[in-house]
Amino acid sequence: MSEPVMSVKGLGNRFGAQVVHENLDLDINKGEVLAIIGGSGAGKSVLMRSILGLQPYQAGRIWWFGQEMATLGDVERRALERRVGVMFQDGALFSSLTVLENVMVPLKEHSGLDENFITQLARLKIALVGLPPEAGDKFPETLSGGMRKRAGLARALALDPEILFFDEPTSGLDPIGAAAFDELVATLHQALRLTVILITHDLDSVYRICDRVAVLADRHVVAVDTPEKIQFFDHPWIRDCFQGPRGRMAYTQAQSVKTEHPASVDSISSGASSALQQPVQALAVPNPTLKPVQ
Amino acid sequence: MSAADFQIIGDGVAAVLHLSGDWNVAGLADLEVRTREIVAKTETRPPQFDASELSVLDTAGALLLISRWLGATPWPPIAGLREADSDLLKLVAGNIGTSPRRLRKPFGLARLAERVGSATQFAAMQFLQLLAFGGQTLATAASIVFGKQRLRWTSTVHHMEQAGLDAVPIVCLLSFLVGAVVAFLGATVLADFGAEVYTVELVSISFMREFGVLLTAIMLAGRSGSAYTAEIGMMRAREEIDAIRALGLDPIELLVIPRVLALIVMLPILGFLAMLSGILGGALVGGTELGISPGLFLARMQETAELRHFLVGMSKAPIFAAIIALVGCLEGFKVRASAESVGRHTTSSVVQSIFLVILVDAIAAIFFMELAV
Repeated sequence: MSEPVMSVKGLGNRFGAQVVHENLDLDINKGEVLAIIGGSGAGKSVLMRSILGLQPYQAGRIWWFGQEMATLGDVERRALERRVGVMFQDGALFSSLTVLENVMVPLKEHSGLDENFITQLARLKIALVGLPPEAGDKFPETLSGGMRKRAGLARALALDPEILFFDEPTSGLDPIGAAAFDELVATLHQALRLTVILITHDLDSVYRICDRVAVLADRHVVAVDTPEKIQFFDHPWIRDCFQGPRGRMAYTQAQSVKTEHPASVDSISSGASSALQQPVQALAVPNPTLKPVQ
Repeated sequence: MSAADFQIIGDGVAAVLHLSGDWNVAGLADLEVRTREIVAKTETRPPQFDASELSVLDTAGALLLISRWLGATPWPPIAGLREADSDLLKLVAGNIGTSPRRLRKPFGLARLAERVGSATQFAAMQFLQLLAFGGQTLATAASIVFGKQRLRWTSTVHHMEQAGLDAVPIVCLLSFLVGAVVAFLGATVLADFGAEVYTVELVSISFMREFGVLLTAIMLAGRSGSAYTAEIGMMRAREEIDAIRALGLDPIELLVIPRVLALIVMLPILGFLAMLSGILGGALVGGTELGISPGLFLARMQETAELRHFLVGMSKAPIFAAIIALVGCLEGFKVRASAESVGRHTTSSVVQSIFLVILVDAIAAIFFMELAV
């Protein structure tokens, strides 16, 4: 296996007397969809914020693309940051700008491209995440939660990042919206050759689109493996989570989906290697699977 | 990493467009301009493409390629294009929508009339809303008086401290300075008539009747009215107001009454302190510049000042207080879920309350003049 695109070694985080992370290790491989799961308060978001450099950490080292972040100067650091996108939980859109302007912000700041081309590119991103063209001229407050998430994703995609973080992508969405969002993530992962990190506790997403799962418990990553294998891992939290009623249901559902549409789901769950005719064609013609959300 | 580039080799039907380097968003700025110039010069697109030296292609590069040369499918053959890049091109081509054109707003006279009309309507609506809100607050106050709702003492006292006690230094300092300025002004003009001693009346009457309370009101509009709007506005943006309603509580009782009451109690007190500081400022100037000793100043004031001036001034204080607090709270309730909206309504709250305070003061001046008090 090639060198991981991001890696965390011995990360430690504490707030006062409360220890969130202790000696946490995690490697993220190129082209994979990795889910980071864990109970509420297990420190998933803190981990994401530490990796992204949004929050100082007390111990450990973090590498991006083989370079240690703490040793880099501001300029190099910013150059690397442009290769990583984040979709925040509620989109974190700038409320005083329209969706289109939101997507244009990073392009205007960093690309040096002509305004017309930027507008065109931003409209493309909005279409890619399955939003109707009219949504571009709307303000974030007038959009539904699902649309805001998609708009946040469009902004995260603006600079064509290689790595994309999703913070709770399906939380607050109805089951249909959540499934459509999973589908969107899987499609974009393949079409744009992204490395995707999902911070989630939605087991449906885990089974449907993830190559690997990292389980965060007892202040560190207790196990990393494929969803099929990890459910039988011997750890109290993993047992309770995957073998509990919701875990079982998600698993059976994922299995039944696989038997119904073996081709499409296999190509998704087996990762980046497979060809991507199906989703791309689905997008190239007016798209049946990716309906614009209301 | 190599710079994105292109080259057209050959002419006519034999022309081949060679693509090379990293066609990604980071290094596309120059290329975007250059390709635009080339495309503007050449009329037909090259019939063949060669992408064997293309090392990176992202959506921005794909969009540039399609919008400059490829256009709608079917495309001419692209030699050496990797499958993943070909898929990306198709994905991008499938999602380039016809962008909806923005409607151009009309301009000229029609637009002027339209804006005047909508501004007039907006102002009228705002006035009506303020009246309705004032009525609602009065009704809630009445039901508190009759014991149907509770008065929130803790909250009221908290706001009295914040809007009143904490404002004492700034209000006093400001009035002191204005008092000194008025005294200077008076002395300069009155000295020509040898009537410097009337400076005492000028300062004492103007501060008791007008300036004490007016200055305080303007200070509080900027200091507390804006704070009310921002506080309630943020609560509204974060759905806290909805939560209050959903819990079966009354936001007017909880948020508005304590604030209004706090200002109605505190503004007269602050106004009184402002009068004292203003007169003190005048007395200081009188003592140093005009040779009117503090003793003489006081004696002269006792002789000439009448209680009615003080009462006229004080009678306006609670009205100003109610205006500032009501406008502040109402603008807070109008905030919608965005940071910009909070800012806009805070500004509007300050402008409106200062405007209304001065307007009411002017009307009151005419009213009291007609009454001859």
